[in-house]
Amino acid sequence: MIPATFEYVRPTTVEEAAQILRNAAGDDVKLLAGGQSLLPLLRLRLAYPAALIDIGRIDELRGVRDEPDHVYIAAMTTHDEVVKSAVVQEQCPLVALATAQVADPAVRHRGTFGGSMAHADPAGDLPAVALALDMTFVVLSADGTREIPAAEFFVDYLETALEPGEILLGAKVPKLGPGWGFHYEKFHRTAQAWAIVGVAAAVKRDNGTISEGRIALTNMGTVPVRAFAAERRLPGVPITNGYGELREAVSVAAEGTDPPTDLHGRPDYRRHLAVVLTERAVRQAAV
Amino acid sequence: MTDTLPEAEIGRARRRKEDGRLITGRTLWTDNIQLPGMLYIAFLRSPMAHARITRVDTSAAKTQPGVVAVFSGQDLADEQGSLPCAWPVTEDIVIPDHPPMAVGTVRYVGEAVACVVATDRYKAADALDAIEIDYEPLPAVLDMNEALAEGATPVHEGGNRSFTWQFGTGDVDAAFRDAPVVIERTYVQQRLIPSAMEPRAVVAQTDGDTYTVHSATQIPHVLRVMLAATTGIPEHKLRVVAPDVGGGFGSKLQVTAEEVLALLITKRLGRPVKWTESRSEGNLTVHHGRDQIQRISLAASADGVLRGVKVDLLADMGAYLMLVTPGIPLLGAFMYTGVYKMDAYDFTCTGVFTTKMPTDAYRGAGRPEATYAIERAMDELAHEIGVDPLEIRRRNWIKHEEFPYATAGGLTYDSGNYEAATDRALALFGYDKLRAEQSDRRDRNDSVQLGIGVSTYTEMCGLAPSRVLGSLRYGAGGWEHATVRMLPTGKVEVVTGTSPHGQGHETAWSQIVADALGVPFEDVAVLHGDTASAPRGMDTYGSRSLVVGGIAVLQACEKVKENARQVAAHLLECSPDDLEFTGGAFRVRGTGAAKTIQEVALATFAAHNLPDGFEPQLDAGSTFDPEAFSFPHGTHLCAIEVDTETGESKIRSYVAVDDIGNVVNPLIVEGQVHGGIAQGIAQALYEEAVYDTDGNLLTTTMADYLIPSAADLPDFTTDRTVTPATSNPLGVKGVGEAGTIASTPAVVNAIVDALSPYGIRDVAMPCTPERVWRAIQGGTS
Ligand SMILES: Cc1cc2nc3c(=O)[nH]c(=O)nc-3n(C[C@H](O)[C@H](O)[C@H](O)COP(=O)(O)OP(=O)(O)OC[C@H]3O[C@@H](n4cnc5c(N)ncnc54)[C@H](O)[C@@H]3O)c2cc1C
Repeated sequence: MIPATFEYVRPTTVEEAAQILRNAAGDDVKLLAGGQSLLPLLRLRLAYPAALIDIGRIDELRGVRDEPDHVYIAAMTTHDEVVKSAVVQEQCPLVALATAQVADPAVRHRGTFGGSMAHADPAGDLPAVALALDMTFVVLSADGTREIPAAEFFVDYLETALEPGEILLGAKVPKLGPGWGFHYEKFHRTAQAWAIVGVAAAVKRDNGTISEGRIALTNMGTVPVRAFAAERRLPGVPITNGYGELREAVSVAAEGTDPPTDLHGRPDYRRHLAVVLTERAVRQAAV
Repeated sequence: MTDTLPEAEIGRARRRKEDGRLITGRTLWTDNIQLPGMLYIAFLRSPMAHARITRVDTSAAKTQPGVVAVFSGQDLADEQGSLPCAWPVTEDIVIPDHPPMAVGTVRYVGEAVACVVATDRYKAADALDAIEIDYEPLPAVLDMNEALAEGATPVHEGGNRSFTWQFGTGDVDAAFRDAPVVIERTYVQQRLIPSAMEPRAVVAQTDGDTYTVHSATQIPHVLRVMLAATTGIPEHKLRVVAPDVGGGFGSKLQVTAEEVLALLITKRLGRPVKWTESRSEGNLTVHHGRDQIQRISLAASADGVLRGVKVDLLADMGAYLMLVTPGIPLLGAFMYTGVYKMDAYDFTCTGVFTTKMPTDAYRGAGRPEATYAIERAMDELAHEIGVDPLEIRRRNWIKHEEFPYATAGGLTYDSGNYEAATDRALALFGYDKLRAEQSDRRDRNDSVQLGIGVSTYTEMCGLAPSRVLGSLRYGAGGWEHATVRMLPTGKVEVVTGTSPHGQGHETAWSQIVADALGVPFEDVAVLHGDTASAPRGMDTYGSRSLVVGGIAVLQACEKVKENARQVAAHLLECSPDDLEFTGGAFRVRGTGAAKTIQEVALATFAAHNLPDGFEPQLDAGSTFDPEAFSFPHGTHLCAIEVDTETGESKIRSYVAVDDIGNVVNPLIVEGQVHGGIAQGIAQALYEEAVYDTDGNLLTTTMADYLIPSAADLPDFTTDRTVTPATSNPLGVKGVGEAGTIASTPAVVNAIVDALSPYGIRDVAMPCTPERVWRAIQGGTS
């Protein structure tokens, strides 16, 4: 299909973009980031926005900054830039690990970190990472800026806490300090396909056992889900030759989830996968 | 192949001449064509699988910006005719009327019901929303068995059975009577969607008297004849061009509604029109492939020696019969006996109408289905009597010294050496070591199980002897034409009736000509795909181009050479018999005197000094109609790791040893084999067109219809044995479909082998992780 007609504007500052958004209040306008999710919707005529505001030429929306207690990733940083960022690789490797598994190189060169979060596709890989790492999103509107913790950001299927008129500027990724290991386990049928289930794991190691773990699941509901029940059982699980205990601990990984059904998997299969993949993710993160 | 040249071109791994322009896109694709005053067509397609159209109102759409015309099926009912089916496989076959745009009733989701013609493609798409159509739903007919049941909703008046076609040799009842071992299995060939890189596109134009259609088609020649017959535009006023075409896999072996309508609309409006499909539109409406339910029975002796094979097939035609829809399962009918000897064979196929997109040719067309069923069933036989799958094959296959061999499938295989191909494959694969690892994993109850799959395939290709096609009631012949022209400067133009859409004919034909005429590879140009410049041809499908079209090129070269010999003898003042032709020159035996073919070409052009009565030209055409099909064969071995916790199957190694006879260009062969294997693996593991219970296609995008990419596939280990075909002078066999035919059963056999400790004997294709996991749950509980 080919998209319906729309207006197109390309501001050069975030303030200008926020002003355009405010003036458009009531109209169906959309921010255009990398276009990798939005353009397919337009082409399939599942979305008919009156105007697109292209934020691709706003310099301040790009790049990664190393701050004392967090890493700041600006919204328009492409997946490829995130994967290649030395700061991300060193300070928040889980983000790099997961982003490297998003789609294919062509998509990663256009798709953006912020676009993935704002789009909030439950099959997207990065929202679960945001949840596992307790990221904080920084948001701007014509009224000023505010911060939204990841746990409150993902509201429903393709729906976030962003208000109309708000632009996602970027995210603060807390530095967790020494002793943490990470892994993102993605299960999908082809290399460039979306996750059937994904598991983001951050595990703190202490003297041969797990002292703390954070687990977030991709595509196990309309929003990414923290597997709190499994997390609670992780402290004290031995890292070496303790896989029996690990399996036991993560057997509740799918508790409280409401996975979707589609051509790639029905809910019972996804729940089963969540457990298997959580064990693998935690094991990988712990070694 | 009579001359020995210093450096033979045939057999060289030449890089393809055409790739520069194809890869950079600096060429003419149909969608690139821009003509003054061009209009764009967009189709409104049925959202219902089966319904009566009770009201059509196009008036609002006609007033939309940029709209020039709007047509419904009814508006064109008097002139749109019926899309052709050229293969009425039986005398009493039901071939329903197939209007390019539906009139009165729609029979599948995606069927065109109306179209908008506008000044740009966006306006055309926008205006579709303004067309009003009311439907009165009828029951969808989706399941073949239900479609044939008493009281089923008829898709067409006259019921849902299109035809039943039967074939047999020997006394099959005797073979099954008291047979110590009988294996009976049912396999399902899921529905597939051909996914060529270039979507379908068509441009039609007219000067008021003559018509030109550019189409992304595999069959410009067939299309011209069929468009003339369908629209009534006389054939000599109609030119069809297939410019560079980006793949087809059979999907562009078709006469489509869109091509017919583009031509009729340009005729009505007098302006050029273009239509290009989107990928989702393509998934809905490019003809689909496979979709058969196969019941296969083997009768064997106690030690697994085959006595007979019975096959009962239901083939889903979809809602209509398209160009060769009913013939596709028949192309497999002769191949269910595979590489094996037996006394008797029986085949029955019933074509069934459903409310789905029509099916038709898809890479392999009939033979992948046949090969799958027999190669899966042979594994079952091996399992049943407790021998290795390779051993059961050795006990049954035709031995190399037995060729030519008349099979129970009714064909005579001219040549083959299954032992040699299998030995080579085993050596490359490390069969025994993998079996040892398999048993170790089984003993350890490892969560990752190893499976080994075997496929010793053969296939018939190179369509085909015209007489055989005639006996199968096919609507055309199977010959191919080539013309070879010597230009004054000694360069050569080849006009071929084949229609390459990615195969590399320009390169391969150049190699054939270079050897035959002793001219440099670079000095040969190949023209194709335009009925104005290449008027005679039967086009490209069924792995036919080299074994039929390539031979025509060779024969035309021989004629040119004979013409040139006359001129050379005249110039050298000797008898033609005194000349030998080597290294591109005619040489007088025993003396140093010679004339190069280029010198002869120039002398002929000048025509100052030619033999008396000699027409001043060297050019020649040849039309080749083969006596027989070609029968490539080979052994494919696949090792798969099945993760029993997730159900995921990962191919660990894949060995393909193919015997395609002599090879013109090993690099092109390698490409065909790799792509073919990938496509067969795709059927085994990934691809499936899924309709929901209302008849809506769920797999309309590539997020749902999964196609593997290089990242999902292992490195293939490929090799060849060479048993030249005796049915053509180059000793070549077709290779375009072999990989696809061979690989699907190798993969599924490997998965079933991995899962056999769980008591699993089959997994439905595609063997998705979820399906494998569920099979394991069922198998252990
Ligand atoms: C073939 C393919 C495969 C893919 N596979 C995966 C995959 O495996 N895993 C995965 O995670 N993703 C996948 N994606 C999606 C990809 O990651 C997208 O890049 C991402 O979802 C959206 O980012 P974008 O920059 O393209 O956003 P866009 O498509 O431009 O925008 C998406 C939405 O977010 C809004 N938006 C964008 N930026 C902002 C902002 N700064 N503030 C507020 N709202 C904003 C837009 O208005 C729009 O509604 C795939 C995409 C494709 C095309």
